[in-house]
Amino acid sequence: MLQIRDLTKRFGGVLASDGISLDVPVGELHAIIGPNGAGKSTLVGQLAGEISPDNGRIFFNGRDMTRLPTHRRSELGLARSFQITCLFLDFTVLDNVALAVQAHAGHSFRLWRPARNDKELRGPARAALARVGLESRADVICANLSHGEHRQLEIAMALATVPRMLVLDEPMAGMGPEESARMIALLGELKAEQTILLIEHDMDAVFRLADRITVLVDGRVIASGTPDDIRADAEVRQAYLGGHEARRHG
Amino acid sequence: MSPFFTVRTLLIGALIVFLALLPVYVVATGQFFPLTLFTRIVILALAATSLNLILGYGGMVSFGHAAYLGVGAYVIGILSKEGITSGFAQWPLALAVCALFALVVGALCLRTRGVYFIMITLAFAQMIYYVAVGLDRYGGDDGLIIYRRSQFAGLIDLSGKVQFYYLCLVLLFAAIWLVSRLANSRFGMVIQGGRSNDRRMRAIGFPIFRYRLAGFVIAGMMCGLAGVLLANHTDFISPAVMHWTRSGDLIVMIVLGGIGSLFGPLIGAVTLLMLEEGLSRVTEYWQIIVGPLLLFIVVYAHGGIDGILASLRRG
Repeated sequence: MLQIRDLTKRFGGVLASDGISLDVPVGELHAIIGPNGAGKSTLVGQLAGEISPDNGRIFFNGRDMTRLPTHRRSELGLARSFQITCLFLDFTVLDNVALAVQAHAGHSFRLWRPARNDKELRGPARAALARVGLESRADVICANLSHGEHRQLEIAMALATVPRMLVLDEPMAGMGPEESARMIALLGELKAEQTILLIEHDMDAVFRLADRITVLVDGRVIASGTPDDIRADAEVRQAYLGGHEARRHG
Repeated sequence: MSPFFTVRTLLIGALIVFLALLPVYVVATGQFFPLTLFTRIVILALAATSLNLILGYGGMVSFGHAAYLGVGAYVIGILSKEGITSGFAQWPLALAVCALFALVVGALCLRTRGVYFIMITLAFAQMIYYVAVGLDRYGGDDGLIIYRRSQFAGLIDLSGKVQFYYLCLVLLFAAIWLVSRLANSRFGMVIQGGRSNDRRMRAIGFPIFRYRLAGFVIAGMMCGLAGVLLANHTDFISPAVMHWTRSGDLIVMIVLGGIGSLFGPLIGAVTLLMLEEGLSRVTEYWQIIVGPLLLFIVVYAHGGIDGILASLRRG
């Protein structure tokens, strides 16, 4: 479904992506881990079309989308969530999701009929909210949600675009243990329906959810394989997991 | 749902009734000055309403919106000077020219953000201002007197003060209604989403540029219509119509009345121009009073006067 070939991006003297190659087949939950500054955000930026790579190619469903603008990638079915919550804070929760539905419901040069009574938008939006467990908060102004709820809404927004693949950028960032557990349960359910690329810091989550894991250090892929492979990988242990993490998972 | 009879709806209702009945008072007393003043207020409220569509709902702070006022007015002035006085020709042409101008300006400006957008819209407005100054045939810096208002084959006589006032008022309310429909439509949701979070809009799949551009053109045409009315109202055009301070006035009206509020521009236009009218009789430094008022609104009431009204409880 997603193929990344030799992706390279340089910021000044720093190689943020150093020849990254990666395959995510349909139905897989592929996790990307790596220490701070490993180039995870740069990778997401290039997948989303916000950062243009210096070199390399990105294929989605066999189609080269390396140079496509962000909105075209969304139209093709690549949905992303944001690490730092990126929502319409002055809209209600339902309006947020309805706008995501609307983005994929034909053109929006419809100037006359009120969008807020539009069942074609509201219905799927409520369904997406229900999927992440936010339906009771539909009419709350987005800015008044808790951090954990914002993270849930991030997922609902991505789901509302009826994607073929989800790129989730640290969905558990800043969450407490309880909220994290709920998010892990949700991702576990979504995994059965969606192809997912999960960028995450939370090792528990990653090792529990992922079919395969790619480890990124200094912009390079140093290992890629099943969770068991990654646990056993000496280079990963040394470069990233460290003694403590390796013992916990090994 | 909030109750229908709030301080806000009552006051806005009173304002509408006042505007609608003003000619009755004027005709009864024979004092025509208030009608002239309020015709001007209504026309500028229309211009501010058009700006509010892109600035208030769309977050596009155009600092050159008076240019459309000027373009609309100049089309009337130039055509009239060349002997074409039929409104059926003048008005559509004025709107078409404004649409084209907005399309070109928007296509370039909307690629920029923030301060750059403000500056480049200002630059275009200044450009067109100096073009007008250079139009020697049409009065250049001194302006041009329009000897004949737009003719509508006896359908409506724009020289009739009351008729003309009602025409302006009807067009203003039509514009407010149009903006209300637009703002709540799918199109309006996209425009407002772009104001709220541009990055997210792209991420969920909106080609936001074309929607912004459409909004920009609609606003430009609506303001052009205000320019058409203004030229007919003053029987005169000059580059001063589109001086950059006029663009500033339009923004001040919106900020005073309430950014992104449907009736905000009307409330702001009435407030600003009444203050100007009233205070300038007392002192020529009337802006000394308006300045602090604006400051107060900006610092303490982001929703402008309309926002203050909305926050008041009934009774």
